Amino acid sequence: MNSTKFGRVLLNTITVLLCLVYLFPIYLILTNSFKSRAQMYENMISLPKSLSLQYYASALEKMNFFTSVKNSLILTVVSILVIVIFSSMTAWMFARSKNRLSTALFNLLVATMLIPFQTIMMPLMQEMNWIGNTFGIKMTDSVPGLIFMYLGFGAGMGVFLYHGFVTGIPVSLEEAATIDGCNTWKTFWSIVFPMLKPTTMTVIILDVIWIWNDYLLPSLTLKSTGNRTIPISTAKFFGQYTISWNEAMAALVVTIIPVVIFYLICQKYIVEGVAAGAVKG
Amino acid sequence: MKIKKGWYALFTAPLMLVFFCVVVIPFFIGIGYSFFSWDGLAKHRAVFVGFQNFINVFQDGRFISSALRTTVFTLIAVLTVNILGIFFALVVTTKLRVRNLARTMLFMPYLIGGLILGYIWKAVFQEYFLNIGWGNWTTDSVKGIAAMVIVTTWQMAGYVMIVYITGIMAIPNDVMEAASVDGAGYFQTLFKVKFPLLMPSFTICLFLTLSNCFKIYDVNVSLTGAGPGNALEMYSLNIYNEIFSLSNFGYGQAKAIIFFLIIAVVTLAQVTITKKREVAM
Repeated sequence: MNSTKFGRVLLNTITVLLCLVYLFPIYLILTNSFKSRAQMYENMISLPKSLSLQYYASALEKMNFFTSVKNSLILTVVSILVIVIFSSMTAWMFARSKNRLSTALFNLLVATMLIPFQTIMMPLMQEMNWIGNTFGIKMTDSVPGLIFMYLGFGAGMGVFLYHGFVTGIPVSLEEAATIDGCNTWKTFWSIVFPMLKPTTMTVIILDVIWIWNDYLLPSLTLKSTGNRTIPISTAKFFGQYTISWNEAMAALVVTIIPVVIFYLICQKYIVEGVAAGAVKG
Repeated sequence: MKIKKGWYALFTAPLMLVFFCVVVIPFFIGIGYSFFSWDGLAKHRAVFVGFQNFINVFQDGRFISSALRTTVFTLIAVLTVNILGIFFALVVTTKLRVRNLARTMLFMPYLIGGLILGYIWKAVFQEYFLNIGWGNWTTDSVKGIAAMVIVTTWQMAGYVMIVYITGIMAIPNDVMEAASVDGAGYFQTLFKVKFPLLMPSFTICLFLTLSNCFKIYDVNVSLTGAGPGNALEMYSLNIYNEIFSLSNFGYGQAKAIIFFLIIAVVTLAQVTITKKREVAM
């Protein structure tokens, strides 16, 4: 009896220890970000002897961290807002009006999810520059322009997930609303959209992970310093300075803090959303 | 339900317009570009060269070795990600007290973007390894690939773990009970009962890991770069450099089209093959 209990405690302890070992790289950047240079190279895996925040201060300043967080936040939130609004509307319409056009467009949306971004990045940039030059609408190096592109790239996944969910809910509620005098707009927003909440959560989670971390697309369009998102300012930081690793590690710690906060707050939704997105995608 | 044409257009046209503008049109422009020779400057005319770009691809040593390297990397990483992911899923679906804590910790890396992950691991493979006398892995043509495999595995194992957990949870209890009543041992149950019933999860995870690994870009950029003599340049980075560093827009685009074809063919073939091996529950 006692030996099995001991065995169980041991097994649990070993599992936790192995998980901690798994997160070793995080520990490495965390502990060294507080050390002095000499202390760091003396022993990289020891705990810091004193907590010096000097590298954090300089890293925050060099990365222009708070501007980057603000940019990333605006970009992510607004992009997801438009993706959710427009893909839910479109998916509902496609599911409820079963004509050939709906089927064709839906299949096209799903099929294009296979196209890797690298295949269209160059012509996309050409086209966006062309729109800028011809119509005077700034599409490159502009946050609204980038949001426009995220809407286009997020459409496939968004419509696909919403479409799957709408097909599974009965149409009778919507018909009742129509009989009660609701027009199509009102029926969608007051009856249908609230029912789509589980899918909305999935779309939000998947798109947060995608847009917050995306590097290649923003690096092609956002050229001015004031527009930089977190991945871009991190890349610039590592590219520009002769790296002082203490400072670099402090920079990495602060860049993952927003992610960790997001994870701790929405853990349940994240795990469910990622599972749903993967299984249906 | 009857929907008027006006509402149909209002609900679907905005998203479809953006989607065509961002994804469909650039895709076709891109196919066009791949038949031209152009340096990307507006004042220079693009010259039609037919299939010459596609022929040149096969005589481009830097490209061929980059494509082969990416293939080898993908094969290894798909294996390591899935093996580790299944192992994690099996551990956190046991009755261990700490299973939820373990799941939380193992999934964490997936939320940090590839670019930041690459830099975090650079602290390990460069600074820490130099510190303990193992040499710098990020500039070595073999160890650099190994480093990328490790980082990709670290990032994706927790992700596929979530999908495998969903699959394991879906296996009905009575199936497991029947197996244990029939006297099946742990490994017998694992290989003869669990794994065959997990085929749908395999299909999904192989698809996700195959295409994600083949498209590796962020980790490549941040962890190693193209490396000495371009010995660590992956396919995506090769396309990027061809277009934006060497200014061979048409030629680089031809590589991008081939990139799309490879991904489309391989992932569709994989899904067809593994789908056939799924067994009915």
